[in-house]
Amino acid sequence: MSIQKIALVGNPNSGKSSVFNQLTGLNQHVGNYPGVTVDKKTGSFPGKEGGKIKVIDLPGIYSIYPKSEDERVVFEILKDKGHKNYPDLCVVVVDVTNLERNLLLFTQLHDLKIPTILVVNMVDLLEGEGISVDLEKLSELLGGVPVIPMNARKGEGIEALKNAIYDFNQTTWTPFLKQYATHDHGLKHLPSPSEQIEDTDRRFKKITQILKFCVKRAEPSKSRKLISNRIDKVVTHPIWGYAIFLFILLLIFQAIYELASVPMDLIDNVFLLLSQGTRDALPPGVFTDLIAEGIVPGIGGIVIFVPQIVLLFAFIAILEETGYMSRVVFIMDRLMRPFGLNGKSVVPLISGVACAIPAIMATRTIDQWKDRLITIMVTPLTSCSARLPVYTLLIALVVPDKSVWGFMNLQGLVLLGMYLLGFAAAFLAAIIFKLIIRSRQKSFLIMEMPTYKIPRWSNVGITLWEKTKVFVWEAGRVIMAISIILWVLASYGPPNRIEKAVSAIPIPENVADDAKMSYEEQVSSVKLENSWIGLLGKQLEPAIAPLGYDWQVGIALITSFAAREVFVSSMATIYSVGEDFEDEATMLQRMRQEVNPRTGQSVYNLASGLSLMVFYAFAMQCMSTLAIVKRETKSWKWPLLQLVYMTTLAYIGAFITYNLLQ
Amino acid sequence: MIQKVSSGALACKLTEMGLYPGKEIKILFKAPLGDPIAIEVGDYTLSLRKEEAASIEVTVGT
Repeated sequence: MSIQKIALVGNPNSGKSSVFNQLTGLNQHVGNYPGVTVDKKTGSFPGKEGGKIKVIDLPGIYSIYPKSEDERVVFEILKDKGHKNYPDLCVVVVDVTNLERNLLLFTQLHDLKIPTILVVNMVDLLEGEGISVDLEKLSELLGGVPVIPMNARKGEGIEALKNAIYDFNQTTWTPFLKQYATHDHGLKHLPSPSEQIEDTDRRFKKITQILKFCVKRAEPSKSRKLISNRIDKVVTHPIWGYAIFLFILLLIFQAIYELASVPMDLIDNVFLLLSQGTRDALPPGVFTDLIAEGIVPGIGGIVIFVPQIVLLFAFIAILEETGYMSRVVFIMDRLMRPFGLNGKSVVPLISGVACAIPAIMATRTIDQWKDRLITIMVTPLTSCSARLPVYTLLIALVVPDKSVWGFMNLQGLVLLGMYLLGFAAAFLAAIIFKLIIRSRQKSFLIMEMPTYKIPRWSNVGITLWEKTKVFVWEAGRVIMAISIILWVLASYGPPNRIEKAVSAIPIPENVADDAKMSYEEQVSSVKLENSWIGLLGKQLEPAIAPLGYDWQVGIALITSFAAREVFVSSMATIYSVGEDFEDEATMLQRMRQEVNPRTGQSVYNLASGLSLMVFYAFAMQCMSTLAIVKRETKSWKWPLLQLVYMTTLAYIGAFITYNLLQ
Repeated sequence: MIQKVSSGALACKLTEMGLYPGKEIKILFKAPLGDPIAIEVGDYTLSLRKEEAASIEVTVGT
């Protein structure tokens, strides 16, 4: 029998991914199972006589009886011999320090009559725990299944596993407990819940019997479990637990802002240069404009998020690999429950402060669909880093730079207030969604707390690579499309309108650089004003006048639908100052001088400025996030609902703010 | 020692996690607000909410 397709199966935390990474190296691909958000990891390694052996890394599960989305995926594949992913052979990975629970899954697979090899992982830990296992006896008592000892972290045992796969030849098969009722295509029907419990119970009884014969226990010398328990006493302590978590969070955000800003500026500049470069290199025309002003900045707008995504995922992956993440879930669960969220919602919500995109991608760890959906819906309300430039500009414009109570800076306080407002809105929205979204599933939290481990850097690296690829390809396409549409709307207007307006500007007589610059700036300002977007902005004026905005702000609101930070550059174009951030002072001056012709007041006063900030705090102005939400919820329904509810909230919030302060 | 896992939607899940009648378990520690709790089940640590733990009947040993 020649094996061509194998599946890796095992409990979560059994080290299955390490086995997969060791087997396939970088020959792997992450996709999605149709209709569900479960990662499908496939790869391959060379066969003995050439060719390739396909490996599919099934999601980590505890039992074949499906209860979660992950388990359903595995069950669907393994119950049906005709399934296109049905393997020739299952490699079952078990954690040697927890054989009893890990072997349950093995015996179920065995009784489905699937050919299996048992990989006993983490054998390096045996000595410290004071355990010794007679693997030959184990193999014999499990009906002669090949048993391979392994330390997948270091790659020890991988060659033995490959050889066992090459030489696999099953001659006899005896059921472990009893063969499941099967027909030619596989499992006939799923046993009823009470049958499942009874079956599981009997399996555990038999496993315990078997383990009595092959496992010997002595005093542990340097037990990981004892160390883990000691660490747990500290990290779940009522005071220290939260203090440590807060400290780690601060550290992460400091690192993200400090480390990501350098590559982000670099990417920004590179794309600016690329844009200029294409303009210089290609003959002037519509096509060149499209590339230089639509496509290149569009790609730049995607790539600029990569540093933050990579950093945030690196920290999340490290926290998960070490085992600390489940302790965070543990201490936060009770606090999150009144809001319809659970302990696993904490990480996405907090990650949202950096960027909602990786935050929403991180909600996959939440098992219950309802809890996960609520988390996805409210995460974009937390103040992401793209709002920061908007806040900074507006605060500088309308909030006086003075100190309060002697030591606090008023501008700083307002900024802090904006962040708190975001969190408050997220929690309130969660309560409302909790009441609206119906679910048959009851929320529960039955979670293994793995022992602490040193992260496996190759696993972290592979995770990062895959997540980034998903973002650039999946979200990138939507972002690209909308960027181009926005560019067209900003560059074209009704026939002849732009040309007429431009020719009305007097061409400077002297060719001094200053005069030429100011002429060009005026031209781009007039062009934008007379484009479709400009006209739309003016059409929008009656709708946004109650919030204290004029049509210039309307234009900025539309252009920043692509991404919030575009607000600043749009303002720069509208007030015809160069897009150079060093000109921010000039820009502030011009914006301050702007007077509303109807009221005679300055356009940007405390009321309209704060109203605008509240609008940006609540509004869904990020197409990348919408694209990711669509991907993660598998429908346009949820991103559209999100767009509507957040925009409504923004409008009402801004309206109240403006009228209170007016 | 576990006497019985009362039949409920979660009973099967709990059994599969190794909580079957006859198994000895030990409460290790609680979350700061008293819920959820962490218990030792054989060779590993499991956390669960009090609500879920309530469906497990035990006899108290020494």
